[in-house]
Amino acid sequence: MTMPALKAETPAVAPARLTADVVKLSAPKPGFVGARLMPALKSAAARIIPPLVTLTLLLVVWQLLCNRPGATLPPPTKIWSEAYDLIIDPFFVAGPQDIGLGWRVLTSLQRVAIGYGLAGIIGIILGTLIGQSMWAMRGLDPIFQVLRTISPLAWLPISLAAFRDSQPSAIFVIFITSVWPIIINTAVGIRNIPQDYRNVAAVLRLNHLEFFWKIMIPSAAPYIFTGLRIGIGLSWLAIVAAEMLTGGVGIGFFIWDAWNSSRIPDIVVALAYIGLVGFVLDRIVAAIGNLATHGTAAN
Amino acid sequence: MTPYLKIDHVDKSFHRGSRETEVLKDVTLGVERGEFVSIIGHSGCGKSTLLNIVAGLLPVTKGAVLLENQEVNEPGPDRAVVFQNHSLLPWLTVYDNVRLAVDKVFSGRRSRSERHEWTLHNLELVQMAHAKDKRPSEISGGMKQRVGLARALAMEPKVLLLDEPFGALDALTRAHLQDSVMAIHQKLGNTVMMITHDVDEAVLLSDRIVMMTNGPAAHIGEVLDVPLARPRRRLELSSNSIYLRCRQRVLEFLYERHSFVEAA
Ligand SMILES: Nc1ncnc2c1ncn2[C@@H]1O[C@H](COP(=O)(O)OP(=O)(O)OP(=O)(O)O)[C@@H](O)[C@H]1O
Ligand SMILES: [Mg+2]
Repeated sequence: MTMPALKAETPAVAPARLTADVVKLSAPKPGFVGARLMPALKSAAARIIPPLVTLTLLLVVWQLLCNRPGATLPPPTKIWSEAYDLIIDPFFVAGPQDIGLGWRVLTSLQRVAIGYGLAGIIGIILGTLIGQSMWAMRGLDPIFQVLRTISPLAWLPISLAAFRDSQPSAIFVIFITSVWPIIINTAVGIRNIPQDYRNVAAVLRLNHLEFFWKIMIPSAAPYIFTGLRIGIGLSWLAIVAAEMLTGGVGIGFFIWDAWNSSRIPDIVVALAYIGLVGFVLDRIVAAIGNLATHGTAAN
Repeated sequence: MTPYLKIDHVDKSFHRGSRETEVLKDVTLGVERGEFVSIIGHSGCGKSTLLNIVAGLLPVTKGAVLLENQEVNEPGPDRAVVFQNHSLLPWLTVYDNVRLAVDKVFSGRRSRSERHEWTLHNLELVQMAHAKDKRPSEISGGMKQRVGLARALAMEPKVLLLDEPFGALDALTRAHLQDSVMAIHQKLGNTVMMITHDVDEAVLLSDRIVMMTNGPAAHIGEVLDVPLARPRRRLELSSNSIYLRCRQRVLEFLYERHSFVEAA
């Protein structure tokens, strides 16, 4: 039943959008602004059109695969019709447990902010200490390399056993998942301070505190931000595991809850939210890193 | 009378595991106040090692370095260094790189606005005031060396140490900077110790040229006075007999008596 409707719809959408772009691009050509606007529009189009095309193709393939009888997962059309309210309005409030996914994301973000914030502070401090000493580096690095591969889910029982309360356990899971790359990268950054900078500091007779603030931190900043960027990705990954403990209104718990009541379309929508928010978080940390290191990052 | 800066029977060896390499052996040199001394020698003979010892960045194995009769064995702003690879801090602007040094050296003694003026003054001295808000990555190699020089000069050092400051630059930029260094030396009368492997540069800039033998266990092979009047002009010098004679002496030392031996 939905088949012909979709077949008529999807191919119609893509060419329509493409032709619309072509028209938009060629129209302002004679104008004065055209000379400057054109290349900007063109490069924007070059960046936006390919993802749109692949996305459309993916949706079509998905639709074809999941629309067959006996398919276990819902096709996009079914998700659209069944989870319509979730997709359309992220910020509705229809009851204490019936709220838009935007609200849920915000709740989860608070939790991540605490866990990741702690990971950032403690990771940078520990990394700085470890980076000072070759022996600490050699001794601890293998341990960290092993610990960082442990998944958030695996930390859950340990965390619960240690804290005996779901709230701090959830924060701890986020913390412990994301802290390792921050420690490791900070330590490497501190170890890699060029001898030249140390010589400059020595000639100027910078004291320990001045050396820390004026040489060490800025010199290691690109490494630190690499760690922070990996860390934010991991801490967002841990949110589902963490909220399986806490319940409440977070996006992670929403997925767990939807699974328990077999609302698969809701899960798919929540996954899209998680993915997009993770992407935005990553870009935000990257942008802060770029600003803070004045573009000297990672070379 | 002891000289202003005295390198007194200095030995230096490096230990790597159980292996010991003797780099400098019994190096003695005096530098007078206001004098411009160049150190020339083949690559790897230990020039940088000697300069770093004077800077206090490396400890001596034996002997001592005396500045105004005081032994120096740790780094300090009284012996400012211009490093071969500029060593500017990439996260600071040109101004802030110099200002960091000014703030540190004159923190208690000069007011904020005096330190600001002094920073600008030194940037003007090396003709870099126009780029004061740029970052090191945005300026050319020659400009970076100028800023490095401004940073060193701003410390008002007793001795200015230059480690192949123009080594990585093209010939034109190099000539420009040499002229700048000569003009600044003329104006301020700094005591300068400069490492170079360029014979023309050594003769043009120096009052004395210290020639080092090849390592291991390098020492001072010969010291040559350059009795050329100042200010010196590179164009006039190219036909000056004293200039040519000095140049000849250094070339003979480097390429006949102590020619570079590969390997080792
Ligand atoms: N930290 C160190 N440990 C061991 N050996 C060293 C160390 N630093 C320098 N050396 C050795 O000392 C010798 C002299 O080095 P140095 O850098 O002083 O030479 P140089 O004359 O400055 O050479 P160049 O002209 O190439 O800069 C070299 O053989 C080098 O291998
Ligand atoms: Mg050297």
